[in-house]
Amino acid sequence: MTTQVNMNRINQKLKEDKKLLSIYFSAGYPNLNDTVSIIENLEKSDIDMIEIGLPFSDPLADGPTIQASSTQALKNGMTTDILFSQLKDIRKTVSIPLIIMGYFNPILQYGVEAFCKKCQEIGIDGLIIPDLPVDVYNEQYKSIFQKYGLINVFLITPQTSMERIRFIDSISEGFIYMVSSASVTGGRSGFGDEQTSYFKRIADMNLKNPQIVGFGISTNETFKQATQYAKGAIIGSAFIKHLDKNRLSKISEFTTSILN
Amino acid sequence: MTYNINDEGYYGEFGGAYIPEMLYPNVEELRQNYLKIMAEPSFKEEFDQLLKDYVGRPSPLYFAKRLSEKYTTKIYLKREDLNHTGAHKVNNTIGQILMAKRLGKTRIIAETGAGQHGVATATVCALMGIKCIVYMGEIDITRQAPNVARMKMLGAEVRPALSGSRTLKDATNEAIRDWINNPVDTHYIIGSVVGPHPYPDMVARFQAIVSKEIQWQLKDKEGTTKPNYVIACVGGGSNAAGAYYHYLDDTDVKLIAVEAAGKGIHSGESAATSVLGREGIIHGSKTLLMQTNDGQITEPYSISAGLDYPGVGPMHAHLYKSGRAEFISITDDQAMTAGLELSQLEGIIPAIESSHAFAVFEQKTFKPDDIVVINLSGRGDKDLQNYIEHFKL
Repeated sequence: MTTQVNMNRINQKLKEDKKLLSIYFSAGYPNLNDTVSIIENLEKSDIDMIEIGLPFSDPLADGPTIQASSTQALKNGMTTDILFSQLKDIRKTVSIPLIIMGYFNPILQYGVEAFCKKCQEIGIDGLIIPDLPVDVYNEQYKSIFQKYGLINVFLITPQTSMERIRFIDSISEGFIYMVSSASVTGGRSGFGDEQTSYFKRIADMNLKNPQIVGFGISTNETFKQATQYAKGAIIGSAFIKHLDKNRLSKISEFTTSILN
Repeated sequence: MTYNINDEGYYGEFGGAYIPEMLYPNVEELRQNYLKIMAEPSFKEEFDQLLKDYVGRPSPLYFAKRLSEKYTTKIYLKREDLNHTGAHKVNNTIGQILMAKRLGKTRIIAETGAGQHGVATATVCALMGIKCIVYMGEIDITRQAPNVARMKMLGAEVRPALSGSRTLKDATNEAIRDWINNPVDTHYIIGSVVGPHPYPDMVARFQAIVSKEIQWQLKDKEGTTKPNYVIACVGGGSNAAGAYYHYLDDTDVKLIAVEAAGKGIHSGESAATSVLGREGIIHGSKTLLMQTNDGQITEPYSISAGLDYPGVGPMHAHLYKSGRAEFISITDDQAMTAGLELSQLEGIIPAIESSHAFAVFEQKTFKPDDIVVINLSGRGDKDLQNYIEHFKL
């Protein structure tokens, strides 16, 4: 698999003339070996992109739902090596963009270059590492990510200054992960005027990278609000809650309820 | 070579600010302002005045005659145990509450393990009439009931951390999440020299009063500002950072850091981070921390709740890696014995954290004319139940 093919999976998806739905789940939850099955089910359910959560003991930016699924995944025995071995043949059955989302420490312990190399071998297209700061990435890790054809996705929030958003836009190569509000994941149940005007303010900046909104999207209504100005939206906690109730049997019902 | 922080916020290779973008504006606001604010004459004046009249500084530098005789060396105790609220923690909370006021913050959050930092934070919030929320692990809330009551009496809200192992590291996670949810009006008073830059440096500067006083106090007593050794216990490392601060780059003064070995370094129940830890990221800082091969942060153990942290501040990681400080690990039993000895030789019951530092005298021999300053970081009242159980008093 060449670098170009990898680069293109996210970028090509972003070119499609539709609003994108991306789903996050914690790998190893509900059961250790559900990972591949969840990914395959999500692709069959018309999801555009998947964020595979690499569980961490101390997920600072996550609310109770993702914390609990992450803790349970670790109890189930999930490790970085196990996740990679589960995903080793994923590209035989799945063609949508796959992104690994995880905190920096487990990646640092694996070895950043070894981790990126493994991602390329598997066919992972990008990484989201909330606690890897933009400047550290830029100075120390950018060349490694590029060598293995991985897009690193950065976050912005309602508090991020215009100047910093421009900077983040300038070093981004796929999309910008737009955090909907000052909140950890799973924290809201609807968007108000404050969010809508923030979504519009960012849209009006005409950034070179499309934006995908995350945090606080759980229903068809919030999906529509989030994507009124942005290219797509990411759902995490609400999907995990759905898994809690229904396990793997009704994934398409969930995605239909969001997209209908 | 300097052992202090560089312009990028690192001690050697340790430190930095590994934080999610959601925290960037808060941390950046602090980073841009903390040195400026600390340099303002009105800040200095208010800080100094409160340390003097409210905390009771300077804390005495006491020559421990009987302890010195027993170990045939000259031992001075820096009496941080005599501070208001019973430990060095208040030096930092006074500084940070003044910082928060100048940044226009109206709501304070803090994490606490044993409750000492929580009490010190609740105290200064009461003093300033600012709303205070303290996160504390659910397990610690039951273990440390008297400090929970103190915080409540001081008007603070104590919120249980229900995630993970429900102890200090999880209380810290919860406080960080609160800050993400409240980025505008809230200041987070971290209790140790941990967390993202500028916290380790800011907290070290507020605690630096300890070594500043040692310098002139020792000059009065011994005619020199320089002891041969400074000894302090290290959990996150704030009392050690304060005791070392003005000696960091003066290698005539040897630094000894004492960690909690719990039930034995390799017993699986230990907090000896320098031995058991590897480089990694915890609470926004690159430092040494106890973790699995897979990078999951593990739960430490010590009889002393104040040393029960899976990392050390980045300053200490650098002091360890560079060899500037000698790290010694002390077990629960050794610490308890040293605490009893200090009580009966000097009439001072130390906090169990500080007892770890005193246990060094059984591990290491000093020369008769060595001047050894040991930071007695806190008093033992809060630990009485532990002492009672350990010695069947």
